[in-house]
Amino acid sequence: MDATATAARPKPTASATLPAGDPKIVAKDVNVYYAEKHALKDVSLDIPERAVMAFIGPSGCGKSTFLRCINRMNDTIASCRVVGSIKIDEQDIYDPSLDVVQLRARVGMVFQKPNPFPKSIYENIAYGPRIHGLARSKAELDEIVEQALRKASLWNEVKDRLQDTGTGLSGGQQQRLCIARAIAVSPEVILMDEPCSALDPIATAKIEELIDELRQNFTIVIVTHSMQQAARVSQRTAFFHLGVIVETGPTERIFTSPNDKRTQDYITGRFG
Amino acid sequence: MAMTDHIVSSFDADLQTLGDKLAEMGGLCEKLVGESIEALLRRDIPLAKRVIEWDRSIDRLQHEIEENGILTIAKRAPVAIDLREVVAALRIANDLERIGDLAKNIAKRVVALEGQFQPPKLAGGVAHIADLTLAQLKEVLDAYTQRDERRAMEVWKRDGDIDALYNSLFRELLTYMMEDPRNIGFCAHLLFCAKNIERIGDHATNVAETVYYLVHGEAVTDERPKGDLASAAVSFD
Repeated sequence: MDATATAARPKPTASATLPAGDPKIVAKDVNVYYAEKHALKDVSLDIPERAVMAFIGPSGCGKSTFLRCINRMNDTIASCRVVGSIKIDEQDIYDPSLDVVQLRARVGMVFQKPNPFPKSIYENIAYGPRIHGLARSKAELDEIVEQALRKASLWNEVKDRLQDTGTGLSGGQQQRLCIARAIAVSPEVILMDEPCSALDPIATAKIEELIDELRQNFTIVIVTHSMQQAARVSQRTAFFHLGVIVETGPTERIFTSPNDKRTQDYITGRFG
Repeated sequence: MAMTDHIVSSFDADLQTLGDKLAEMGGLCEKLVGESIEALLRRDIPLAKRVIEWDRSIDRLQHEIEENGILTIAKRAPVAIDLREVVAALRIANDLERIGDLAKNIAKRVVALEGQFQPPKLAGGVAHIADLTLAQLKEVLDAYTQRDERRAMEVWKRDGDIDALYNSLFRELLTYMMEDPRNIGFCAHLLFCAKNIERIGDHATNVAETVYYLVHGEAVTDERPKGDLASAAVSFD
């Protein structure tokens, strides 16, 4: 961990209560079709601000599809059609006049397999801010890169080798690099699609610790296959099954006393 | 909710083992409580000594349940109903172990009373409270086996009756002691036995609360009926 960046801040635990206030993201009656296949049915969901929301569910249930709706990554899939409303800060993100590139800077994404650019560590981080015009000088850009790497708890490990290629880092470091890359363009929301699936337990723990810190400043949505991870890192959990949301609620309640039998069967390993 | 099997069948086996050991422990407890009262009422020293021995089996079972429970938590990271099952098993095992100790203490007093004479009527009240308490214990263990929280809550409510009975028994034993100083020794032992039985009733009520938690996922919110007045004041009217 980067000691100087974290020294003064009290560490929240994942079980701390949700901040009060309006939800950051409101989805209403979202339906998604892949050609004729109806992949997501009437999904309505509130995602709280500055908290971690976990999406859980068996393979093919639609959780990643829904995640990709939030930054319109589904636009890149030709057969995909999204119907319904998704608003971030009460602004409809499917409004035709909305700048999708800007949206994807506001809503960052981290993927299952770390995918750093085949560039230096510095360039991985600097690329986004540069093309968005976020820095007016090299000094400012250096500052943005350093801050992003500090917030991603990677600075101390790479500060002496910023010109080394990003793909030369370990898996866990690459994933933190990808998180730093997402943070560098000052997003409000970070979407994570099974960010730790490809990582060993120690790297996973470091990412979870990072998520716990990031949620003070960002809204985080994480798709995960690990019940324990969802229980550890999130404050709210939504259980998806066969394209619908079966149950949503505070993570603590979902994992100790869920309302729906299907939720209980899934999280206890009674069906997959 | 009706339970289907886990995909990993050894998880079901782990939970089954916990349940089986608890059932064994529960049966042994019922027997111990019943036999300790028998021994007291009949002044049966050999039976009392057997009760003292049997309590060791209850202690052994409690350790086994605890180990199994902890291992299940480590291996399976249980959630929701599975987690509540393990937590309930650990709690109930603790209560049953205390019940075993209380029954053993009654049996020890029987041994201590060896050779002392006293009229049968003195122990009559104790027999009555013991019957009620043993019925509570049987009922709550059945409620646990059936996961029937309504039956458990009936046991929970009746704890007030046991406390009331204990209060009147306390006064009754006082009058015997005042009647005839030769009764004092035996009645003093009976007071402790009665207190132990009342405590057994309290542990049965704990089990009832755990059954409620197991089924509903939250603790009983009402105030438990509390009626043991004897420890607060002694009244001679």
